[in-house]
Amino acid sequence: MQYMLLLNEPEAEFAKRNDPEQAPAYWGGWNAFIGAMAQAGIIVKGDGLQGPHTATTVKVRDGKRLVQDGPFADSKEQLGGYFVIEVPDLDTALDWAARAPSASYACVEVRPVLPPMAPPAG
Amino acid sequence: MDLARRTAERVARDSYGRLVAILSARTRDIASAEDALAEALLSALRTWPDRGVPANPDGWLLTAARNTMKNAARHDGVTRAALPDLLALRENASEDGPAFPDERLKLLFVCAHPAIDEGVRTPLMLQTILGLDAALIGAAFLVPPATMGQRLVRAKAKIRDAGLRFALPSLDEMSDRLAEVLDAVYAAYGAGWDAHDQPASSARGLTDEAIYLGRLIASLMPGQPEAAGLLALMLYCEARRDARRDASGAFVPLDRQDASLWRRDLIIEAEGLLTAASRFGQFGRYQCLAAIQSVHVQRPLTGRTHHDALLTLYRMLVERYPAIGARVGLAAVLVEAGRGREALRELDDLDQASVEDYQPYWVTRARALHAVCETGASRAALATAIDLTQDEPTRAFIRSLLNHSAPYAPG
Repeated sequence: MQYMLLLNEPEAEFAKRNDPEQAPAYWGGWNAFIGAMAQAGIIVKGDGLQGPHTATTVKVRDGKRLVQDGPFADSKEQLGGYFVIEVPDLDTALDWAARAPSASYACVEVRPVLPPMAPPAG
Repeated sequence: MDLARRTAERVARDSYGRLVAILSARTRDIASAEDALAEALLSALRTWPDRGVPANPDGWLLTAARNTMKNAARHDGVTRAALPDLLALRENASEDGPAFPDERLKLLFVCAHPAIDEGVRTPLMLQTILGLDAALIGAAFLVPPATMGQRLVRAKAKIRDAGLRFALPSLDEMSDRLAEVLDAVYAAYGAGWDAHDQPASSARGLTDEAIYLGRLIASLMPGQPEAAGLLALMLYCEARRDARRDASGAFVPLDRQDASLWRRDLIIEAEGLLTAASRFGQFGRYQCLAAIQSVHVQRPLTGRTHHDALLTLYRMLVERYPAIGARVGLAAVLVEAGRGREALRELDDLDQASVEDYQPYWVTRARALHAVCETGASRAALATAIDLTQDEPTRAFIRSLLNHSAPYAPG
């Protein structure tokens, strides 16, 4: 089965990305985690995302487009990246999620990916 | 006819969980397995009382379930995902072939999986392993049947769609995961026990169902002393059931119960389980709770309650599992041992917000205050305890304490 690991980060961790003192340890941790998944051959796809300060939301109401600065929810943790992995079951996906650096200071949401839709009949 | 029917029901119940476990193991689709089995069981209950229980009831039910699923597949024009499993099993098992492997443990671990909402783990076990319906389970947990039905459907959908693993936990996870399974079984026992205080409740049978699950786990996991500990604990409590009320229905506290009403067979079984469990030399919460019960049932033999043994056990329990119930229990033993001041200190130490609505806390507090001659405060605590008590016989018992100066103990 395929699972998406939604990797959330608090503001302080996003800040480490560009801090010359803290960036090496920050990226080192992520690279080790991603390297382990790559070694196990389970990565289907995945990316890190730029920080929440780059987020823009858009919605359409009554045909009118409303664009806003910022992420959709103003919460302490924001989506920092994702991976889709191919593993036999949820338990294995949770084992991998627990190894993400962010699991020890934020939380990782694990969701099964919808199986491909059947082609429309006719 | 009646005997045949009872046999049919007993065998059917045993087979139910066994077959749900086998049918859902690969597809993780508990709901589909249950649907097919429900049909098979109906025809079993129709035909077994007349024709007798077949030599291999599982094989019979599996064949019937397979036919049901074949028909369902024909109707839907879709092959159900579980069908290949049924066919494979069918080939390996003739009507008097060997028994199937017992997969119920795996199903129990799925039901009590940490990815399943804690509140639905016990209901899920009762339904998938024992085949109880949502209305009965709802009654036991004071939830409307429709709501309980929705929660069960949601949980089964999560198990199927999120792909929970149908396997025993690895060794390093075993103790935590087993604790979750045992907690869910104990919650069923607790719900049944509470229902005994409401004579009309249909949930009273849950104590029997919980003991059935306890026996099942203890027999399937002979190497896990906590499984035996939980079963022993439930049997000790069960043994005293008839002694908890007098002829008028009034509540009788443990130290005033007529020990001749205790069931010796259950006590002997519990003692045996606890002794065997202790040989593993692993401390565990349920073994400790069972050991506390074991001390209580020694009273008729020795003529007194061994407070030092109780204090030692409660201290061990509180040290590892500092739950409110255990800490209040420790305070209650201190009161009985004539150490009211220490009991009050224990009670004062508790987080006051978490005991506000906890009736045993207020009863114990009243007793501790009474022991140190703070009569006014003791009465106020008792009044709070009465306000927090739903059950009329127990309210009457607590009320009687207001005019009573003899020592008393909770049941």
